[in-house]
Amino acid sequence: MTAESLAAQRPAAARRPLFRRRSAIPGFGLTLGVTLSILSLVVLIPLSAVALKAAELSPSEFVAAAFSERAMAAYRLTFGAALVAAIANGVFGVLTTWALVRYEFPGKTIINALVDLPFALPTAVAGIALATLYAPNGWIGQFLTPLGIKAAYNPVGVTIALIFIGLPFVVRTIEPVMRDLSADVEEASASLGAGRLQTIWRVILPALGPAWLTGFAMAFARGVGEYGSVIFIAGNMPYKSEIAPLLIIIQLEQFQYAQAASIAVVMLVVSFLMLFVINAIQAFSRRFV
Amino acid sequence: MARARHPTEDPGWVKALVIGVVMVFLALVLILPLVAVFAEALRKGVPAAVEAVLHEDALAAVKLTLLTAAIAVPFNAIFGLCASWAVAKHDFPGKSFLITLIDLPFSVSPVVAGLIYVLVFGMQGWLGEWLLDNDLKVIFAVPGIVLATVFVTFPFVARELIPLMQEQGTSEEEAAISMGASGLYTFWRVTTPNVRWGLLYGVLLCNARAMGEFGAVSVVSGHIRGLTNTMPLHVEILYNEYDFVGAFAVAALLCLLAIVTLVLKTALEVAQPAVRRGGH
Repeated sequence: MTAESLAAQRPAAARRPLFRRRSAIPGFGLTLGVTLSILSLVVLIPLSAVALKAAELSPSEFVAAAFSERAMAAYRLTFGAALVAAIANGVFGVLTTWALVRYEFPGKTIINALVDLPFALPTAVAGIALATLYAPNGWIGQFLTPLGIKAAYNPVGVTIALIFIGLPFVVRTIEPVMRDLSADVEEASASLGAGRLQTIWRVILPALGPAWLTGFAMAFARGVGEYGSVIFIAGNMPYKSEIAPLLIIIQLEQFQYAQAASIAVVMLVVSFLMLFVINAIQAFSRRFV
Repeated sequence: MARARHPTEDPGWVKALVIGVVMVFLALVLILPLVAVFAEALRKGVPAAVEAVLHEDALAAVKLTLLTAAIAVPFNAIFGLCASWAVAKHDFPGKSFLITLIDLPFSVSPVVAGLIYVLVFGMQGWLGEWLLDNDLKVIFAVPGIVLATVFVTFPFVARELIPLMQEQGTSEEEAAISMGASGLYTFWRVTTPNVRWGLLYGVLLCNARAMGEFGAVSVVSGHIRGLTNTMPLHVEILYNEYDFVGAFAVAALLCLLAIVTLVLKTALEVAQPAVRRGGH
């Protein structure tokens, strides 16, 4: 019996060292080492500074800083506006994707490219442009004022900015799934007597579900942290239109480092929860859909 | 009806309605803001806009933005190549956790990204006193701006390359190695050519974000005119001083950058459909 065939008979766990499988491709130690070092130096160690700084406060001081009335108002606005914006993007994002995937119309290539504008346009530019448009005397705002709608310098303005920021997350997440939807299923549904609306509601939308949820969660997560596009249109009134990231900056400017870190910890916990949810949805959809 | 409609095709009025709603939505949210930037920049004519862009503070901001991107983008490109080689060409436990950690900066608010470097390098921070003793400045100086930019653009190249390299497998590299090529040679002559379009795609998006980053840079910059102002920060200062023509003129430059990015990105997607992989 040769050495190889003996080795083949041993159980897999014994053959394979825990950490490194013997691979013909070199450079594993070097590249993983560099990756972990840079990741630690740039991301992980600095991020831990927030938690350590917040830990300098006593529990009651932490609660006073992270959950003060002003901070709570800021969280309500930040999470509320991000939620409403993600819902709006969930609706209009599906329609936009549907039009881009299913229909032909003039200018489709340009529209398709423009959907990614929020990825490419600096957020501050988006912020001043939206503020100018939706201000009471702006191009769009002037038509809203007579209707009694104020769309800038209040929570509505915050939501508009977050709709801008979140749109491509929804469209680009559901687009590949919608493209891959097989026509067979729809034809089968139609031939079994389902109306078009029934087919869309009972066949197409459920298939889009996991991707839609992922895009929705990504748009929400991005909206929660967004700063640049929001502050120009928000009005930034304490308790009314002040977002949580701005509150961090205000605390920093007053040299209240631990207080700023406390609010950051709350935001980080929420972001990590969102990341966990997104990963869970994706793992679920890989397994079951 | 002249022709029976295919059962999976929507009736004409539905198409018209959907396209109409989508167009109005996109006009309100995407198209009008873009048009407004150029209209506001040219409100007092082309010369005023050109003058605002050629102002020395604006030029200093352009230079700083270019310098920041010139450091942050190659750094993250090299990191991305390194990380994707380790992750995609080898097997090890904890791999998906590592990918999640690399993606982490996408889930962190830009303001928090700036804050963490203030806590490390600021006057009250871990290294504050040591930096002061050695006469080094990170916060309210260029190194801080570069660091904050590296953080927010950290995952762009890596997350583009990792799935691409995973898809391509390891057989080509194994063939090259078994025929006696060195690891480095294999990397440059086999792997890199296979992923070059994905690399370019990641670099393109990384660069757009690096040049446009506002929140993180705003926290660490200190807003010193002519010294630590990037283009987006310069836009903010001018806007807050009610110099709208100046603010929108510099903003228009950034819009042009965004448009060039979108054109190149679309061209890449048409020529190399494999690079497109969902939103981020």
